[in-house]
Amino acid sequence: MNTDLTNLDAAELGRRLAVGEVSSVELTRAYLDRIAAEDDVLGAYLHVDADAALARAGEVDAARAAGEELGPLAGLPVALKDVFVTEGVPTTSGSRILQGWRPPYDATVAARLKDAGTVLLGKTNMDEFAMGSSTENSAYRPTRNPWDTDRIPGGSSGGSSAAVAGGLAPWALGTDTGGSIRQPAAVTGLVGHKPTYGSVSRYGLIAFSSSLDQAGPMARTVLDAAVLHEAVGGHDPRDSTSIDVPVPVLVKAAQEGAHGELAGLRVGVVRELGGDGHADGYDAGVLDRVRETVELLAGMGAEVREVSCPAFDLALPAYYLIAPSEASSNLARFEGMRFGLRVGDDGSRSLEEVMSLTREQGFGPEVKRRIVLGTYALSAGYYDAYYGQAQKVRTLITRDFTAAFDHVDVLVSPTSPTVAWPIGARVDDPLAMYAADLCTLPASLAGLPAISVPCGLSDGLPVGFQVMAPALADDRCYRVGAAVEAALDAARGHRFLDGLNERTTA
Amino acid sequence: MSDALVDYDELLTRYEPVIGLETHVELGTASKMFCGCATTFGAEPNTQTCPVCLGLPGSLPVANAAAIEATVRIGLALGCRVAGWCRFARKNYFYPDIPKGFQTSQYDEPLCTAGHLDVEVDGETYRVEIERVHLEEDTGKNLHVGGATGRIHGASHSLVDFNRAGIPLVEIVTRPIPGAGAKAPEVARAYVTELRDIIQTLGASDVRMEQGSLRCDVNTSLAPTGSLEWGTRTETKNVNSLRSVERAVRYEMRRQAAVLDAGVRVLQETRHFHEDTGTTSPGRSKEEATDYRYFPEPDLVPVAPDAEWVEKLAAELPELPAARRARLQEEWGLSTTEMAWLVNAGALGLVDATVAAGATPGDARKWWLGELARRANDAGVELSELTVTPRQVAELTRLVAEGTINDQLARQALDGVLAGEGDPAQVVEARGLAVMGESDELVAAVEAAIAGAPDVVAKVQGGKVQALGALVGAVMKATRGKADAATVRRMLEERIIGG
Repeated sequence: MNTDLTNLDAAELGRRLAVGEVSSVELTRAYLDRIAAEDDVLGAYLHVDADAALARAGEVDAARAAGEELGPLAGLPVALKDVFVTEGVPTTSGSRILQGWRPPYDATVAARLKDAGTVLLGKTNMDEFAMGSSTENSAYRPTRNPWDTDRIPGGSSGGSSAAVAGGLAPWALGTDTGGSIRQPAAVTGLVGHKPTYGSVSRYGLIAFSSSLDQAGPMARTVLDAAVLHEAVGGHDPRDSTSIDVPVPVLVKAAQEGAHGELAGLRVGVVRELGGDGHADGYDAGVLDRVRETVELLAGMGAEVREVSCPAFDLALPAYYLIAPSEASSNLARFEGMRFGLRVGDDGSRSLEEVMSLTREQGFGPEVKRRIVLGTYALSAGYYDAYYGQAQKVRTLITRDFTAAFDHVDVLVSPTSPTVAWPIGARVDDPLAMYAADLCTLPASLAGLPAISVPCGLSDGLPVGFQVMAPALADDRCYRVGAAVEAALDAARGHRFLDGLNERTTA
Repeated sequence: MSDALVDYDELLTRYEPVIGLETHVELGTASKMFCGCATTFGAEPNTQTCPVCLGLPGSLPVANAAAIEATVRIGLALGCRVAGWCRFARKNYFYPDIPKGFQTSQYDEPLCTAGHLDVEVDGETYRVEIERVHLEEDTGKNLHVGGATGRIHGASHSLVDFNRAGIPLVEIVTRPIPGAGAKAPEVARAYVTELRDIIQTLGASDVRMEQGSLRCDVNTSLAPTGSLEWGTRTETKNVNSLRSVERAVRYEMRRQAAVLDAGVRVLQETRHFHEDTGTTSPGRSKEEATDYRYFPEPDLVPVAPDAEWVEKLAAELPELPAARRARLQEEWGLSTTEMAWLVNAGALGLVDATVAAGATPGDARKWWLGELARRANDAGVELSELTVTPRQVAELTRLVAEGTINDQLARQALDGVLAGEGDPAQVVEARGLAVMGESDELVAAVEAAIAGAPDVVAKVQGGKVQALGALVGAVMKATRGKADAATVRRMLEERIIGG
């Protein structure tokens, strides 16, 4: 088994492909071998089609051999969260209700990756309809954290995080509604970026909460994340919330950031996210690593100050009204009539009964909880008190950000209050589960870009450092993230994920 | 079970109606409201669909700019205020013909508000206030198979055709219309007629009720005469023709009067109109709950019509039917009654076009209200469905005015045009219909007529000049109408009485 290849970052793999040191088929086979060997334990994938992947890799190799001009991503394997619609490839969004559905079209991001010559390894596990922070809400199986297989890999993009951290994919796309890229990246030691809302197409992304959902990269390094982000980002006329601006220059930002020159950069540390008086529920080790990282930034020339964003305290309740409200409507189309599961259609039952049975058996408990919550929040007589109020809070949070960015260039915080918790520890306590998103929700509600980069270990488990920036200033996230990554790698003497490799091979 | 009904005239002695209309117009845009699918009527089921209008997971809507423009133009034509900023909203309910589990519509932020439309009934003008004009998407169509009636009751299974799903639909809602009294049914009909003509003039839709591109829900309520409060209204759906609009209101008034007379409260409900019997019956409730849980559609950006653009659209509106009627009435020097005749016959546009093609207003009216109306009536079609164009009618009148043909020959020429033989001049040529000059043939026919009726000749010579008519008729018959009657008369006089 060629674990050497699968422990490399995508940039290095791309270089080797380009110069012919490795073929796409060899590379793809290396990942498929590792999936075959380890995914029974990890549970990162819901669907893998080895033959299709190898065939695709063979095509790219043939094209390269024929001297065709290929892009930098050509031949690189990639994994997609199962929330992305893929033509002819089973897509479930982690739900029983979509079992067996093979979509007739590709999500825009999937199409862009295809066009770039990437090889789809498979579809990764996730919390059902992206609702969760641990991937335990998958209708199919739990996913395990490669750092400790008794622990959760984060969620909802936990299949993607486990796959990349575990060397079962060089990189992956996830989606982030309230933290579903950043939190799993944080607890598995990856880089994960939630782009500015509207900067990556949502077309073909099975909607959870339309005003919050964003696709983004999950990778082993900041540079890899930037490359993947650039490949999928940019305006899409099929998504009317897509912003019509040029694809941001992120790779360059990541490369420059790695030089570590941050003189003049103004960094705001958000008090409400783990600061004084707001540290309840935060692991001491998490706060320590974040504090050390802030000091590191100061050491690189950044001007650091504490910033207060009082409305952030209201982010959690606002989020848990807005997201379920939109979800209750978005999930109405799953009624068993046109695709996926249909239950009880034996000729004796009415349409309404079949719809009810299908939804009753097709949706898991967390999805039902949110549908009921959202339905209630949108009901006549409650709308103003719940959905309406939550939208006002959203405005307040946006104002806090705007005010903060008058004085600082980026805001920083922990990505998640804790490290990965043991599987099962929070399944009976939805509020504890929801608290995992405390630090990631504000940027989601304001539609702002935010990155999580690894910043060390607490109790032997990865801790994430979050960098938030103004809308469309995703490049700042990459610049600062790369600086942190480079400085920590230099201090440590190796890449962060190499620590995991040493541990698992030891 | 048939409803108890009160005599119409009698109910008016005790009750006053209030009506209201919700009209849905399918826009004639080339593509659907939120995707690029075609909108052709009558295509094979489910051939004009894509992931978006099928509501497949992951698909997203993109608003059709042409539909927004058409809606704004309709709003402007109705004197509405156009919103500077508004949003689409989701109307959530389950039904197999709405693929997403919600209909994308507009809720408390319609594109156009506060307009009005004046309609005329029997010389009296009624102002209908328009509450709102908003844009939404149409639903699919359920086809119930296996039953006798095509209705869901008794069907073995149902199929859904999503070709219609996502076609842009404009909803025009009136404010309640009180004060029409006995004329309420006619006012309702006149309103829908006028609205249809406006939208047709705008070119926004083909507004064909029989194809469902214009659909009407009629609200009716009755209250005791003099009451300060309005009664409970019913909403009658499935009203598929102008005549039905009038009948539906009249029927509901008579039915509700009987309910109220019996001391029972009118049920607030949706009712279905039955074209064949002219009655209404309680409709099956489409959704059990009436809480649609509206909220702003997060997948679409707000619509913010630029003020300058709206002004430009307003300035570029075509002449609307009312203004056009007033202008033509004056230009043609018609009385109000004559104008009403033209309008009611559906001939206004045809006459106008015929005049534009060169006919005199008098000739154009004479043809469309006379010969052509007869032909349409005989064939059981609308005037506009006759296979003769205003330009061809104008040509007929020109040929008559020039003396190339007479009225009788013109009717024969029209036969040819309707039979698809070409333009009038071509038909005249091909059928040899031109009026005869003083040819040998005509001279022979005149002389034959004189020779064949010595008694008539004697009468004429005896001073009964009017008897000449019989001889003219004989000549015309002999020449199969191709002779000019005045010429024939002169020739007869020359020969019998002397020049």
